[in-house]
Amino acid sequence: MRLNEKYLNAAMILGLLVLPLWAVVADQPFTITLVTRAVILALAAVGLNIILGIGGMVSFGHAVFFGIGGYAMGILAYHAQTYTALDLGLFTTDGTKAMPVIWLVAMILSGMVAFFIGLLSLRTSGVYFIMITLAFGQMFFYFAISWAQYGGEDGLSIYVRNDFPGLNTLAPIQFYGICFTLLCVVLFLFARLQGSPFGLALNAARQTPTRVETVGLNPMRLKLLAFVLSGAITGLAGALFADLNRFVSPTMFSWQLSGELIVLIIIGGVGRLMGPVIGACVFVALEHFLGELTDFWHVYLGVVLLCIVLFGRGGLIGLLTGKEGAHV
Amino acid sequence: MSLLRIENLSASYGVSQALFGADLEIAQGEVTALMGRNGMGKTTTVKAICRMIRSDGTLTLDGQDLHALPSHKVARKGVGLVPEGRRCFADLTVRENLIAAARPGDWTLRGVTELFPRLGERQGQRAVSLSGGEQQMLAIGRALMTNPRLLILDEATEGLAPIVRQEIWAALHRLRQETNVAILLIDKSLKELAAVSDKAVILERGRTVWTGAITDLTPEISEKYVGV
Repeated sequence: MRLNEKYLNAAMILGLLVLPLWAVVADQPFTITLVTRAVILALAAVGLNIILGIGGMVSFGHAVFFGIGGYAMGILAYHAQTYTALDLGLFTTDGTKAMPVIWLVAMILSGMVAFFIGLLSLRTSGVYFIMITLAFGQMFFYFAISWAQYGGEDGLSIYVRNDFPGLNTLAPIQFYGICFTLLCVVLFLFARLQGSPFGLALNAARQTPTRVETVGLNPMRLKLLAFVLSGAITGLAGALFADLNRFVSPTMFSWQLSGELIVLIIIGGVGRLMGPVIGACVFVALEHFLGELTDFWHVYLGVVLLCIVLFGRGGLIGLLTGKEGAHV
Repeated sequence: MSLLRIENLSASYGVSQALFGADLEIAQGEVTALMGRNGMGKTTTVKAICRMIRSDGTLTLDGQDLHALPSHKVARKGVGLVPEGRRCFADLTVRENLIAAARPGDWTLRGVTELFPRLGERQGQRAVSLSGGEQQMLAIGRALMTNPRLLILDEATEGLAPIVRQEIWAALHRLRQETNVAILLIDKSLKELAAVSDKAVILERGRTVWTGAITDLTPEISEKYVGV
């Protein structure tokens, strides 16, 4: 039976709405935390899907932006909770516990770093692009390890979750509501972007960069803009992830995390609106349920990935809807 | 004043020189046929105009030196290219191909689908699933969506069925009559070129060897340089 992709997407959103509400009724707060984790990973992957799914850029260093978002949250909250000044050279600040401010800082910083990484890495393509983005990821990873002021290798704990006006963010369902809303907003933006002249031109630039130039479009500029947007969204996800765990560590910059983001997009469906969401849900479910049975659950994840790459090149959405991805 | 002016243009592919001094002038609204046997430098001239290869000599559009511009800026200045071999954005639909290329101006989605009704019927279809003729129409439509002042068509009817070729030639006649766009045409069909063009320029071994009104092109000249 072939499913209509629109109905499948709607069912996914409905599922993400109903499951946590059921968990509240059934008094299963850990389930809410699990779904929140899936939603945040999905948010990060939607950011990556802009460049991977539409632009065809395989960034193996996207954890950089996730980590920057995480550390932006960690550092601002750390100074706020310890009542110490954060000296930024030109000015000092006491940090903040306000989520909207933290998100803004996380997105701006991630976007700025994405701009500089993009300027250098987008001059290359294929395996060189993968290697350059990986190299940047490793640079940030080792920098975070050696950053003793903020915990170095041990990371940085934040004792109380940050604040959002009018909500009790320590209540799992309320924090989930924030993450879910942000995911919906970003999914809406992704859908609009994919069908916009910019999204179409980015897609065209992936297919034939020289032909794109002959219609007056600058592929480098298109890719750079997408890279910055992608980095900013992944940075936002990083800030939420750090808030979920109330902890940031160098692993947020790790290449394994970059790989996981790619994997969950492939599982769901590259370039698909809900591909990252389905991928993240499957990933978190496998991590939780198989992780309880064996420490080697990644082996089973590998089998799932292998089957999808071999038999369902449009990801799980492709398998369910009978349509391959827009580009495979 | 000429819209496009080329003087003593030379260009190479690595160590292999393909143009040795091509000359060409096109005025606004003029249709020019660029002729010559295979390998004489026609496509190289087009690539040089679009800055897809490096070249030397005079190359100006409306008096502005194109050598100083990258390929996408040349297109933005008003040079629309229908490349040899169609090369549409295969994964995008017809509509998306046209929207991706759209720039402000008279040519809109509606105008293109009026010129090529088949494209209007297949708006939601992916370019890769179109027939060769429809892909060619799409390539022309995509170039028109950039609202060019100079439209270059490199072998636009090559390998197409006669009925599709007729449609494309009819569209070019309409463009000539109803718009002020300058057109540079490369094609093997002398008869069709003669019907639509104002002027012909013939290249031989990378040099311009003949320029004149298409009506002055005698069978002897075309036999000597074009081989038909």
